[in-house]
This record gives sequence, structure tokens and C-alpha cells, in this order.
Amino acid sequence: MKYVYLDNGASTRVDPIVLKEMIKYMDDVYGVASSQFSHQPGIMARDGLEKARKIIKARLNIREGELIFTSGGTEANNMAIKGVAFKSEKRRKILVSGVEHYSVLHSAGSLETYGFKVITIPVDDDGVIDLEWLEKNIDDNTLLVSVQHSNHEVGTVQPIEEVVRIAKRAGAIVHTDAAYSFGWIPIDVEKLGVDLLTITGHKIHGPKGIGGLYIKRGTPIKKWMDGGYNEFDMRGGTENIPGAVGMAKAFELMTEEEVERVRSMRDYLKERLLSIEDTHLNGSEKNRHPANLNVTFDYIEGESVVLHLDMRGIGVITGSACFSRSLEPSHILMAMGKTHEHAHGSVRYSFGRFNKKEELDYVFEQTEVVVRKLREMSPIKGGK
Amino acid sequence: MGIPYSQKVIEHFVNPRNVGKIENPDAKATEGSPACGDMVRIYLKIDEKTKRIEDIKFESYGCASNIATASITTELAKGKTIDEAKKITWKEAADALGGLPPVKVHCAVLAVDALKTAIENYENQHGLIVNKKPTDEKKVRERLEHVIDPRTGLDVIRSKLVQEIDVRDGIVTIKVDMEKEHQFAGNVESELKERIEPLWDVKEVRVVFNKS
Repeated sequence: MKYVYLDNGASTRVDPIVLKEMIKYMDDVYGVASSQFSHQPGIMARDGLEKARKIIKARLNIREGELIFTSGGTEANNMAIKGVAFKSEKRRKILVSGVEHYSVLHSAGSLETYGFKVITIPVDDDGVIDLEWLEKNIDDNTLLVSVQHSNHEVGTVQPIEEVVRIAKRAGAIVHTDAAYSFGWIPIDVEKLGVDLLTITGHKIHGPKGIGGLYIKRGTPIKKWMDGGYNEFDMRGGTENIPGAVGMAKAFELMTEEEVERVRSMRDYLKERLLSIEDTHLNGSEKNRHPANLNVTFDYIEGESVVLHLDMRGIGVITGSACFSRSLEPSHILMAMGKTHEHAHGSVRYSFGRFNKKEELDYVFEQTEVVVRKLREMSPIKGGK
Repeated sequence: MGIPYSQKVIEHFVNPRNVGKIENPDAKATEGSPACGDMVRIYLKIDEKTKRIEDIKFESYGCASNIATASITTELAKGKTIDEAKKITWKEAADALGGLPPVKVHCAVLAVDALKTAIENYENQHGLIVNKKPTDEKKVRERLEHVIDPRTGLDVIRSKLVQEIDVRDGIVTIKVDMEKEHQFAGNVESELKERIEPLWDVKEVRVVFNKS
């Protein structure tokens, strides 16, 4: 049996159609994206880069000069947060939710040595930020509010439009990390009203090493990487044209039907897994990323589940401390007020285009067997 | 590179030996807690005359190395006398598994500690303590350092959950900084008792909660 990869929330297989486009920009069109007065290879490279930018801009409703390519979501998040901070003259407060990706949390945290104050916006047990808290704690010293669009671990989608409404009244800048949402959830930057928005290529069957940052015109932000005048003079360095072309192609392939197909597979496995006794859904049921499923199996530890499933040809991850490099349980589940035990028993199944409905019964059956096996040897069965 | 576990670890993880419970065990002990992510419970059946471990079983809540080290520890201990079994070190258990990744060494410690504590409990209850030192506050404190505060994942001494310990006429009174109504109060009470009651001269353990 073929390996069933259900860790698409981490990264995805590059679609062969995407790969074909990319190869063209390594093999055939390999010049740098130079000015329109350059040689033919340079102009062709530039056209490829700008076509990719145009495709992405169009569907996100981004205007000219507002989208720059980066090396990925992490870089875009670093740029958004540090770039805004280093341009700020007065405001010194930064608000981030506790369930952000590390690239947001640690970028913000690094600014504390420069005199910025970073405060964590609390979330409820579904991982949704507390808007009332935000309203009370935002002030005219607040420089930036950064809240992710959807959560990479538990799939919860945040009320960004509400965040913008509150932040704008206080004159704060709003950044949203949409790395996991990009391509999966429709985004219109105008409608959202954010100033900065992060995207990435590799969670939609595009390549790694490419991402982007939407910077609304007029947003005060420092040039990120010194070098040449690339990317509207915001980020020096030779552009990753194969990456940009690949990301744009992958984005094009993420049609509404495609997303719905994945969502229905997710819903199917969700229902089956939740039929296992003492199993809980993590994250919001209602406002949820279409490709994310995260559950906790009580009384057992996630690394054991992951290892058993891997040996049965199924790839998933857990928020258990035993699984992490830091030996800490998932900071996301802990921010949601879950117990250590709850985090240790959490398992994420994240879907992608290449999953098949037929595989899911196998995934369910194997999960059930593994959970039963581990529960049988667990000393904490809740009296069972 | 591949998976950072030896073949032997994987083999014991997939087919653990001596899994389960012993009804009416001669001794048992639990180390770790759900809050710290790993927990092992060991049950012993000991021949009263020969002091040999006739049967040993374990339950585990934990990762692969936790399960594997508990499994190999039971194999190493089975058939040994309690004096021999007491001498098993975590290093022996880890070596018998072909080594463990450094970050997982604490898992090996946990299983071996559970075995040691179970034997110590047995000795306390069967008058086998050579140096019959009366239980004092220090001894109680040492033992409680192995009980985990479910709220923090730290041991109950470090987390300051245990506020005062009083030992008088075989009665150990432990004052804890928690209200009786707290969701973990029941857990805390039973774990504290489980840890202290086996001591040879302890007649009763009283856990006193904050007044709400």
C-alpha cells in the first residue's frame, strides 16, 4: 500500500504541473529579472516574475507595487513585524495572539531588547482571539497588531475584519499571517482591511523557499534586506523566479472545487475519528481551515500514536512534548487553556490534493487499532 | 539517518513484554504523571520466601522510549531477587535497548525508578528495612519530589504545592496550597497518599487542603 501522507499542513508535494512550469525557469529562462532595457533572457525572466506576481495579486485583490516576494512565510513575518517596528518613531506596543506561528512570536519577542513591549492577546478554548480584551488593551501606544488568518495546527480561522476595525480606531497597523490560508480560504485584502499579509507557496503544492508579503500602500515599513533595488526597493537579492512562478501556478490550481473536494475528505475522516470514544476535536468546529483536522485521544501520548501510524504507512504529527525538539507541549494548545495531558494526546491530520477518499477508511481503521492498543496499556483510563 | 530509535527500542515498542496489571500485587509504584507527559506504573508479585520477583507487569502512558524501557526493565527484573533487581540502573536498561537518544534518557530513568520504588514499598511493608530509621520530614519530602503537580508539570515540592509536612506518632500530615474543590484535588490526594503510605512506620496520611 502507498504511504498515506497527512502532514500537508507542514508541507505538500509539488504538483507536477507546477514543477513543469518551474523547470522552464531554471532550464530555459534562467536570466535575472532586469530592466525592460536589458537583453532578451533578462526580459523574459522579468516577464515570468511579473506574470507570477500578477496572478497572485489579482486573486487577493492587491494593487500594483504592494506584493513583494520573500523566501517564505517566516521571512515575510519577520519583515512585517521588524520592518514596521524599526520604522516606528513613537509607538512601542505590539500585540500578538498566543497561538501565532513561532516566526511571529519570536520576531515580536526579539523586539523587546529594542524597547518594545510585546503583549499576548488571549484566545478561548477554540483558539479564537478575545476581541473584548483587544478592545480594552489597545491604545495610542500600540504600533502593531498581528493575528494569524488561520492556525496551522488546529485550523481555527480568526475574525480578522473585527481585529482591523478595533485596531484602526486606535491607529495601529494590522498584520495577518495567512501562510496556511493562502489558496485554501478566499482572501481579499481590501475587504479584510489589513496593512500587511503573509503568504507562502509550499502549503498549496507549490515549492518551498518562496513566499510573499502584501504591504498596503503607505504602510510605514523599513527596507528589509539591503542589496540592489529588487522588489520595489524593499528587498535586495536576486529574485527566486522559479519559486515565484511555481507559487503562482500552484495558486491557480487551488480552485474552489479543489478546496471543496479536500474539505469533504477532511469532514469524512473527522466524523469517523470522533466516533472513537473519548476523542475530542481541537480548534473551532465552525470557523475552520478546510484541510485541517486535529483531535485529542484521551489517556494516551501522541508520539506513540505517530510512530505506530508511521509504521503502518500513515504520516501525521502530534502536539505532544515528547515529539517536539524543545520537549514542550504545543504552545498553541497550551494557549488555548488545554492541559498538558490534552496536548500530549493531540494528533493532527492535515490534507492535501493528493489524498484519496479510499485511503481514509484505512487511516481510520489503523488509528482506531493504535488508540485501542495504547489505551490498553495506559495507567490512566479514566476508570475504564 | 532514519528514525532515532534502535531496532531494539522499536521492537519493544511494537511488542512490549509484560504489559498490564496484576490484581492484588505485592507491591506497586507509579513514577511520572500525565502532566509531565510520561507515566509508568509497575506491579510486582514477589515470592515471600525466596524474595524473587515471580511476576512483573507495567502500564505506560508515554512515548516510544517510555514504553520500550518499561518493557525491557520488566524483562531484566523478572526472576531476580528484589536485592538483585534493586541494583538495575537506567544505564543497564538503556544499554539493553541498544541505546536511547539523549533527550529520551529520562524515560529510562522513570521505568527503573518505578521498579525501585515498588521494591522499596515492599520492603517497608514486609519489615525488610535494614536501617529502620523512623520516617521524618526529610524522608517524606524526598518521596514527594517524585509526585508531579498536575497544574504545572513540576514536582509538588518545587511547585510549592506542598506547604507543610508534619510527622507525629506515625501520622503524616501534608498541607497543600490547593482548595478541596479544585479539579485535581482528588488526584493530588491519592498520589500523595500512594507515595507515603507504604513507609514502614506510617499509620496514616492526612492531606489538608486550603479552606475555600
